[in-house]
Amino acid sequence: MSRRGEVLLWVAQRLTAGVLGVCVLVHLATIVYAVRGGLGAAEILGRTRGNVAWAAFYVIFVMAVAVHGTIGLRTIAAEWLGFRGRAAEVVMVLVGVGLALLGLRAVVAVFGP
Amino acid sequence: MTGMLRVSVWRGAAEGRFQAFEVPRHPSQSVLDVVTHIQRHLDPTLSYRFACRVGMCGSCAMNVNGTPRWTCRTHVDKVAGAGTLEIAPLSNLPVVKDLVADMREFFDKWARARGRFEPTASREAAFAIVKPDSAARIEADAGIECIGCGVCYAACDVVAWNRDYLGPAALNRAWTLVNDVRDAGRRKRLEAVAGDAGCHSCHTLMSCTQLCPKALSPTRAIAGLKRATLGLAFEAKEEA
Repeated sequence: MSRRGEVLLWVAQRLTAGVLGVCVLVHLATIVYAVRGGLGAAEILGRTRGNVAWAAFYVIFVMAVAVHGTIGLRTIAAEWLGFRGRAAEVVMVLVGVGLALLGLRAVVAVFGP
Repeated sequence: MTGMLRVSVWRGAAEGRFQAFEVPRHPSQSVLDVVTHIQRHLDPTLSYRFACRVGMCGSCAMNVNGTPRWTCRTHVDKVAGAGTLEIAPLSNLPVVKDLVADMREFFDKWARARGRFEPTASREAAFAIVKPDSAARIEADAGIECIGCGVCYAACDVVAWNRDYLGPAALNRAWTLVNDVRDAGRRKRLEAVAGDAGCHSCHTLMSCTQLCPKALSPTRAIAGLKRATLGLAFEAKEEA
């Protein structure tokens, strides 16, 4: 990858780390607040389905995970397994797309109509 | 403190073994004194490297009980509590023989990081006026006392994981030049230190900063380079 590409990945890693910091806090605080006194699956879905604002929040969360996690895995693969170069780039793009699809599938299941 | 030290010394090159010696212990004895005693009184075939013996030349660094140190300024009392020493050549570098590491890749990486001053003025020009209290000069001064001993390079896990990584010393040197207002090579130097082999590979483990015998902070320099290279990411075209 070009030097410019490497710098861009570093910037993306830093920016998504900031996004994830906020998202994780909101996610955990919401869980703690919402489950006071117990909360079943049907009640959760009753509150979440069709909620556009929360759906948008979790889409951002999922995309940040996909970008941040993939860049981190790319580094681990390079440093610990010696897996670098074009093949590694292709595999990592697939991993990132896979992570995003899995996450978005969950978002659709929880927030979809 | 008196008595005998039990000393294990690496013999050979990449393949080799530790050889045991017993060395008389003295007050204020340095690890370099121990190695010198072995070479002069016990085994003249032992190879090691030193020059100044006073912490200026940076040539006597070795692994002492698993940690890279400048041996001339490392007191035995501080590292051999139980009276045992294990002395080996610096990690992350090829071994020439015994305690002598091949420093070529270490210094070649200084060159790859463009660690050479590139002047903007001719010899006829007037002296440049650089204010000592300017922010850039303070940054440069913070890293300028590097003696090139290789302790940081031997201590760095990223060097072990990525053989192309330039390493803490070369990046520290680059940062001092990036902050030198008289230097003309900023742009190309930032390109040289960006990317997988450069500052962006640093995981901020800080072993370099912890072990630098001159108490420098290559970690701080590398963080500065990461910020300084930010502009490269958003420029339309990359220079060759």
